[in-house]
Amino acid sequence: MLAIALLVFREVLEAALIISVVAAATRGVHRRGWFVGAGIALGVLGAVLVALMAGVLASTFSGVGQELFNATLLLMAVLMISWHALWMSRHGRELTQQMKILGAAVSGGTSSLGLLLAVVAIAVLREGSEVVLFLYGMRAGGAGHLWQGLMIGVLAGTTLGVALYVGLLRIPMRYFFRFTNGLLALVAAGLASSAARYLIQANLLPAWGNQLWDSSWLLGNGSISGKTVHILIGYDARPAGMQVAFYGGTLLALWIGARLTSSASTVVRQPSEPTNPPR
Amino acid sequence: MKYLLMTLLGALLSLPAAAVEAVTRTLVLKNHRYQPTELHIPANTRIKLELINQDASPEEFESDEFQAEKIVMPNSSISLFIGPFKPGRYAFYGDFHQPTAQGMLVVE
Repeated sequence: MLAIALLVFREVLEAALIISVVAAATRGVHRRGWFVGAGIALGVLGAVLVALMAGVLASTFSGVGQELFNATLLLMAVLMISWHALWMSRHGRELTQQMKILGAAVSGGTSSLGLLLAVVAIAVLREGSEVVLFLYGMRAGGAGHLWQGLMIGVLAGTTLGVALYVGLLRIPMRYFFRFTNGLLALVAAGLASSAARYLIQANLLPAWGNQLWDSSWLLGNGSISGKTVHILIGYDARPAGMQVAFYGGTLLALWIGARLTSSASTVVRQPSEPTNPPR
Repeated sequence: MKYLLMTLLGALLSLPAAAVEAVTRTLVLKNHRYQPTELHIPANTRIKLELINQDASPEEFESDEFQAEKIVMPNSSISLFIGPFKPGRYAFYGDFHQPTAQGMLVVE
């Protein structure tokens, strides 16, 4: 049972961390709870479907279907998170103001919620399909306590995700969206780096140096903290050159994009920010 | 957004697929154990790893010491590319049966 709970925990944790960052980054946006919930539900449904089709997937595109599928999902998530981050770089200031004044949910700002729903769904789908395949195998092998293991793993992973969310909410409002937006950018860059890893494994991309450096003495890829930092900022103890290129490329593109959008929106930006929120 | 798309697409399309000669090695999974448990491979060489799963349950070939993560379905096989490596020992495992599915790449 412990082995089952541990594997489920690791997979749930990865999805839960992404969901927490997304949930925090959309703080104050009207109806975002529904969107996050719908994303999780869709992701679970998708996970079962993908697990059912895993055999077909494995044999497509001359054996690299699995890598192509994962890389495509990851890059889609990168694009959607980037879109949201750029949207926030334009509207974050308004959102901060409104939250300072109202201290509660604001309407509007739903334009990019659909994208984040998809990001949540993709995160749940990717990790969830592994859990489904694993449980199927365990059941075929006659292992007991499947449900207990599943429940403990889901509970433990969710708890850490919620803890991150609560921690993020403690960031002062002045820096809040700047911080969550920065974190989203790092998450996106990390996902891009993972996509590169799959494409290298499929021999579709050159590695540009198989192990650019090795920092596993400091923090290994296998540990829970290593996995957490991997999801949150894209940490990899032994990255290939191509992964670093994807990581840096994503951050650079986001930085350029943010500069372009903010210079485009200076015209409509409000001239001053209320420094003292009403008590 | 557009820049990002162009950067990513550009990176994907303009690069030729890695045209490195790869050496093929085969691993068999049986009773949730890797055979051989120590796989000897040459250093500084790209390896095409073929993995044959003879068990009735899926497994995920994975390592924390080199880049590899791929699911292999019951009674089927997959192949993936790893390396090139510097000489040394690199552990890998089966994510779904970690107590038994442990193996080692011996690069020399």
